[in-house]
Amino acid sequence: MNKTIWFCQVTLTVIVAMCLRIAPWSGSWELFNPDWVLLTLIYWSIALPERVGIFHAWAIGLLTDVLTGQLFGQHALAYSLVIYACLKLHKRLRQYSFVQQGFFVFCGLLLSQLLFFFIKNLRNPAELNADFWLPVLAGTVCWPLLCVLLRCFHLSKQTDIEHR
Amino acid sequence: MAVISSIALLVTEYRGSQLNALRMSLSYVVDPLKYAVDLPSSLVNRASESLGSYATLIKENSDLRDEQLIRQTQLLKLEALEKENVRLRALLENSFKLGEQVLIAELLSINTVPYEHILVVNKGTHFGVHPHQPVLDANGVVGQVFRALPLTSEIMLITDPNHAIPVQINRNGLLTIAVGSGQLNQLNLPFLPSNADVRPGDLLITSGLGGTFPQGYPVGVIDEFTTEPNKLSAGITATPKSLLDRNRELMIIWSNSTPVPLISKPNNTEPTTTNTHAPADE
Repeated sequence: MNKTIWFCQVTLTVIVAMCLRIAPWSGSWELFNPDWVLLTLIYWSIALPERVGIFHAWAIGLLTDVLTGQLFGQHALAYSLVIYACLKLHKRLRQYSFVQQGFFVFCGLLLSQLLFFFIKNLRNPAELNADFWLPVLAGTVCWPLLCVLLRCFHLSKQTDIEHR
Repeated sequence: MAVISSIALLVTEYRGSQLNALRMSLSYVVDPLKYAVDLPSSLVNRASESLGSYATLIKENSDLRDEQLIRQTQLLKLEALEKENVRLRALLENSFKLGEQVLIAELLSINTVPYEHILVVNKGTHFGVHPHQPVLDANGVVGQVFRALPLTSEIMLITDPNHAIPVQINRNGLLTIAVGSGQLNQLNLPFLPSNADVRPGDLLITSGLGGTFPQGYPVGVIDEFTTEPNKLSAGITATPKSLLDRNRELMIIWSNSTPVPLISKPNNTEPTTTNTHAPADE
């Protein structure tokens, strides 16, 4: 019972995050569109480190690769690396304030974007302008909001069954 | 473990296309999301259609009927011209490709990667779409199918920096290649020497070389440019004819790969020419 609930919660939020990832944004807003899937995964790996593991991150990364039509494995690689760090540090991260967490999230997003940058350059060296890094900043700004929203969603169901 | 497997995946996909089957099966899971994201905008479209007033619908209908009449008369002429072209080519001992099949695909309004000019449409391999098929709209060439998934397919626009299309200047038949610039309203023609016979306003059409795009579809119009005598190549640019960021319906083309058979014998061509021309001449 409890297991199905957290599974449904995680699946639902990841699906919503994937939809946001490919949602059409008007005009220049699309340059800011942060990596919602990774942000959601970071939240769940900190909240439920014993349930959400590297393999989940890897599988979701693979699906994101198919979704965005990118080279197979680049999201999978980036997500599993970032989630590994999250799982290692989840105890410390839970004690942090939003600002400190934001700094960590910034590092995670930057790492994944660096990997994308590296893989993109490997494939076809095209000049990318500074806009390429904007999603990292936007993701950091969105983190506290997303964190609060997900915590509300997470705990609203959780308190009935399990008193965390 | 995960790192090693993802690096392995990256390398295999980078080297070849053995992973297409995996991507296809995974896309069954993910493609419904694309339709879900597209749902709001298509609903808005449908709502505005159904809420359109009676008068505007009548007006639109009559406009469309007029337009169709005009097109129909143009097509009448086209058929005669096509036949004549085949005959003339037969005289020149040249084969000519005719007959193209069209599938209308609708754009899904989603945004996959902001730095590549790739669109997603709602027709996939279930409709027989395959990679490297040309894609057109009402005004000209849009791009080609980049990757065909079962339910959707990805289309690379001609303005993508990684895309190049063999073109020909309609006025004088000069062959060159148009490369995407990364901006939606610009194509680059980097391989033209500075003394090439190109004028602003010249129409670029597909040359049919390379085999992907059928011959004779409009691609773009040459922009204004100033020649710099001290440079080897003139930095000539063109504006695409098709409305790359505004249309919702695209046409995926199957070009008939077998050319129309030559009418080889001269005594075979003569009766047909006399037959068709006789009423027109007299």
